[in-house]
Amino acid sequence: MSGMWRVADVVGVHEETTTARTIRLRLPEPVRFLAGQHVDVRLTAPDGYQAVRSYSVAGATPPDSLEITVDELPDGEVSPYLVRDLAVGDQLEVRGPVGGWFVWRPEETSPVQLVGGGSGVVPLMAMVRAHAMAGHPAPFRLLYSVRAPESVFFRSELETLARDDTFDVTYVYTRRAPDGEPVGRLDAATLAANVLNSGSDPAVYVCGATGFVEAVSGWLVELGHSPDRIKTERYGGVGGAS
Amino acid sequence: MSDYLDGNALAGPLSEVFSIDITAALGKCGGCGAVRALAQAHLYVDAPAKILRCPSCGGVLLRLDERGGRLILDLSGFAHLTIQVG
Ligand SMILES: Cc1cc2nc3c(=O)[nH]c(=O)nc-3n(C[C@H](O)[C@H](O)[C@H](O)COP(=O)(O)OP(=O)(O)OC[C@H]3O[C@@H](n4cnc5c(N)ncnc54)[C@H](O)[C@@H]3O)c2cc1C
Ligand SMILES: [Zn+2]
Repeated sequence: MSGMWRVADVVGVHEETTTARTIRLRLPEPVRFLAGQHVDVRLTAPDGYQAVRSYSVAGATPPDSLEITVDELPDGEVSPYLVRDLAVGDQLEVRGPVGGWFVWRPEETSPVQLVGGGSGVVPLMAMVRAHAMAGHPAPFRLLYSVRAPESVFFRSELETLARDDTFDVTYVYTRRAPDGEPVGRLDAATLAANVLNSGSDPAVYVCGATGFVEAVSGWLVELGHSPDRIKTERYGGVGGAS
Repeated sequence: MSDYLDGNALAGPLSEVFSIDITAALGKCGGCGAVRALAQAHLYVDAPAKILRCPSCGGVLLRLDERGGRLILDLSGFAHLTIQVG
């Protein structure tokens, strides 16, 4: 049952925030990747104990490299190792990229609304990058709920990409905001004011901690978005906390 | 708030068994008849086995038990699956 697992080399690490880092992996074979997919990472302890966790792919560099961005859950089993201990030259067992549902394909023509909480922004970033790479004309909007300004992943790249007419990013700061900007959890009214109108029938992708995804997808339906147009990726109780 | 994931998260383990992504397949719930992508059902990973439940009726759609180099996949909660091929 280890057929799909491949040993990847860690070829780069980059601190994204004080608690999160982007890890660049090189796989032994060419990688096929759709924006939104994830990989499973498997760690094996010296005594044989194994732990498997899923991580969204933030982006891929053909032919054989991809990046994941991991946020540390301080008491977690796997994420502290990936964020604090893993080093260039180490190896990780990886399965994937996998998933054919929570994905964006450049063939799609409709406007796209992305809503991410905390590390839930990672697969959405892959979509934003794919959209920019394709020079795709459809409007793309990202609503990014994040604890504080210094918790933002990919900030400078997002700012650069937002200079393009087809892409916009809005931040919602839940704990601390830059001067003059509001602080507070994302609520129905803030969501309504910052997402594409349901009239334009956007494809909507929501990703983050389970509670966040639950709340946001419920509000979106109340705003008139069809449940069929909303795709979700829940990270569990902790993974994408914001 | 219950701590479930989406069926999306089964894509890795199911890739061990199926040659194409099966999480995008549509499954009809054998209990209530609701039709959804597997990726849209609710996945519980806290039990020893992974359990996929129907969001409409809560019934068990799929059970996946991966242990000691063996995988037991119980799909009996589905009336059928519709899979896009080609
Ligand atoms: C599809 C998907 C994509 C994700 N992408 C990202 C990402 O891009 N970045 C990111 O930081 N996080 C991501 N996560 C969350 C990530 O998988 C981990 O949950 C997170 O890193 C915490 O893991 P931990 O081992 O540190 O914490 P732990 O507390 O040890 O575990 C956290 C959660 O893992 C689950 N878990 C615990 N034990 C098991 C087990 N034996 N088998 C299966 N699951 C178990 C439980 O739901 C638990 O709540 C993603 C999750 C999913 C489902
Ligand atoms: Zn049902």
